[in-house]
Amino acid sequence: MTNRGKFVIALLAATALATAAADARQLKWARSGDSLTLDPHAQNEGPTHALAHHIYEPLLHRDTQGKEVPALATSWKITDDPNVWEFKLRPNVKYHNGNAFNADDVVFSLDRARQPTSDMKGLLTSIDTVSKVDDLTVHIKTKGPNPLLPNNLGDLFIMDKEWSEQNNVQKPQDFKNKEENFAVRNANGTGPFQLVSREPDVRTVMKRNDSYWGIGQVPLQVTELLYIPIKADATRLAALLSGEVDFVQDVPVQDIERLKAQKNLQVNVGPENRTIFFGMDVASADLKGDSVEGKNPFADKKVRQAMNITLNRQAIQRIAMRGQSVPTGIIMPPFVNGWTKELDAAPSGDVNAAKKLLADAGYPNGFNVTLHCPNDRYVNDEAICQAAVGMWGQIGVKVSLVSQSKAIHFPLIQKNPPETEFYMVGWGVPTFDSEYIFSFMYHTRADKYGSWNATRYSNPEADKMIEQLSSEIDKGKRDATIAKLWALFKDETLYLPVHHQTLAYAMKAGLDIPVDVSNQPKLKYVSFKTN
Amino acid sequence: MSVLAQPPAAQAHRGLLARAWDSDIGYSFRTSPVAIGAAAITLVIVLATVFAEFITPQNPFDAAALNLMDGFTPPGEAGAGSGMYFGLGADSQGRDMYSAILYGSRVSLLIGTASVIFSLVLGVSLGLIAGYIGGRIEALIMRIADIQLSFPAILVALLVFGIARGLIHPSLHEQMTFAVMTIAIGLSNWAQYARTVRASTLVEKRKEYVDAARVIGLRAFPVMIKHVLPNVAGPILVIATINLALAVLEEATLSFLGVGMPPTQPSLGTLIRIGQQFLFSGEWWILLFPSLALVTIALSINLFGDWLRDALNPKLR
Repeated sequence: MTNRGKFVIALLAATALATAAADARQLKWARSGDSLTLDPHAQNEGPTHALAHHIYEPLLHRDTQGKEVPALATSWKITDDPNVWEFKLRPNVKYHNGNAFNADDVVFSLDRARQPTSDMKGLLTSIDTVSKVDDLTVHIKTKGPNPLLPNNLGDLFIMDKEWSEQNNVQKPQDFKNKEENFAVRNANGTGPFQLVSREPDVRTVMKRNDSYWGIGQVPLQVTELLYIPIKADATRLAALLSGEVDFVQDVPVQDIERLKAQKNLQVNVGPENRTIFFGMDVASADLKGDSVEGKNPFADKKVRQAMNITLNRQAIQRIAMRGQSVPTGIIMPPFVNGWTKELDAAPSGDVNAAKKLLADAGYPNGFNVTLHCPNDRYVNDEAICQAAVGMWGQIGVKVSLVSQSKAIHFPLIQKNPPETEFYMVGWGVPTFDSEYIFSFMYHTRADKYGSWNATRYSNPEADKMIEQLSSEIDKGKRDATIAKLWALFKDETLYLPVHHQTLAYAMKAGLDIPVDVSNQPKLKYVSFKTN
Repeated sequence: MSVLAQPPAAQAHRGLLARAWDSDIGYSFRTSPVAIGAAAITLVIVLATVFAEFITPQNPFDAAALNLMDGFTPPGEAGAGSGMYFGLGADSQGRDMYSAILYGSRVSLLIGTASVIFSLVLGVSLGLIAGYIGGRIEALIMRIADIQLSFPAILVALLVFGIARGLIHPSLHEQMTFAVMTIAIGLSNWAQYARTVRASTLVEKRKEYVDAARVIGLRAFPVMIKHVLPNVAGPILVIATINLALAVLEEATLSFLGVGMPPTQPSLGTLIRIGQQFLFSGEWWILLFPSLALVTIALSINLFGDWLRDALNPKLR
């Protein structure tokens, strides 16, 4: 062999080695949709926060089990004044651009997130003022005692004050009015990954933050992280099967079995913090879309109970969800404070008992009604609605189904008055507390409350109890009120719960990314198994 | 014995069908195996869809008749819920594919036929008016047709469908889908009729019989309908037949894109849309059988239309 030939071989070998070393730590992550913006306070939306958690960090966040763990704060407690929370901050933390993290940034970020253009302000309504005590201590003063304040800070990211002022992004992006600012495509956080480049809806490239404070506490083995949104289910799976991506979220339930059978892939399945259910107008004098004149059949509790026990949740779980769901009798995921096994018990499809209840209520031959359903929001939402329509048909309740995109469906519920009398919703509970469900789903619709309650249900006594929850400090008393409210609402059968949703993540074998209950995988915890 | 040699009385006794059988077109039909085959298949499918109630085990449009536990039953097996036999398998909702295909084909064919009639009436009227009256009206109609033809038909249908959705109250969407689909597909196909009819009308209106009709004092409208129209009908028939196949495919495309028939009343396109979700997971029958049905329908109507075009073309005789 000539010298030249040896040289070429040596060069090839060196290149191969170098590529192997670089490739080993790259992770390509795909899911169905992109983050809407990098501005961390502009949109309160799941996939947006999921990406932001890699670049920015909140004071505290939730681990994969939903437990609160320290991030930029090391500890927090209520001071002697019950209206003031004290947060101790982590020392020696640096932003990606080298700036030091301190209390000024926390004050700045919490003020920024309470501005009118922020989408996070709804979570911070109880805050009165935020003040710096020293470089590593912050006091948050609330308008009344708020023992649950930390619950609302899990997705509240901290930005660098100097960087924000330099780039004129002191105000969050006005997302609704399609405003753009520097923070939408650029970022400077303290998180485990640093933004390299971003093309919205195409790819976002991040590299490892080598001066991350958590090195040593978390594996942080990924050196380069690529986030690639792929909308079509089949294309996304094909990308995983062909090795083009390493980790896929939003795996269609029907494909889980097939992916599990692949030796070079791993599928992790786990519960999500989200419950799917039907709601209905229980208070109007007459429904517009039904066949009963001058009466509202849903106003009769017996009708609601009949429809509730008709639902064969096990069949929906087995066929519509391929086993990937947990049937339930309550609209509260199991992680939430207030959840009990008794409340969760799901009635099984009992057509005869339901028919009897319906006859007792004065509808022996049933009635007609219209159901609104989304077809692109929850796992197999349209198939669940179709299946439920068939089940109700067996007791004579003839339901005509209108299934449409979430962009059309959700306004029907949120409009005032609501434009639907029977609808499907799925509800996740980011604060992990029943109060969040009560105030959005059960409280009478009034400016700050009940914005997702399209049942027209109004119970002043219950409203008062719900409002008290936010300022009750005694945990025992608070939990007792929550239990009392659930007992009342479960008996009223205002909603017809279907199941808790399950999530599936598919990845290359050797990666083991656990399912995150908030569906926000945090890839700093990923470690590569050596082959 | 040839037709011409028969005494006139005997010829009059013979029925319309028999005369058609002996005509040029009848002869061409009899000697074309493709035409006979296509016509027979089309006829069988049309009859099967018309009498679907009597030859299917299940009404797939009645949600209460379905048993969810029958979902995903493979072809030739009994369902786990009802114990019913599923010859072509069951879909995700426990719908018998055989029943769903027949009911779905009926929806597809109905929308196809209705939209062809709609575009035929519209296109022929506009074409007649343009060709016979001429002048500015002709220019206007034909320019609109040109613009229309520069867009793909499916795009026009999507546009019409979108506008109609916006105008109609959401609670009426399901009931109105049929009408909206018919109009959307019909509006996307009228231009071909208008062009053909205008061209033929321009030729016919210079002929002496039209002059004669005008001379005896007939107004423009009766001349168009009674004298010109019958003489331009041949090409229309051909376009209509081929357009029927296209309309069925267009309906399927719209439904496949999710803007057509709702999943509670699936047409063939809706069934294919549902089926393609299960392609990776091994439930091939939900996609395959409706697709085969669609291909068969479109192909047989198309082959029949092709033959008709050749048979009516004097240059090919």
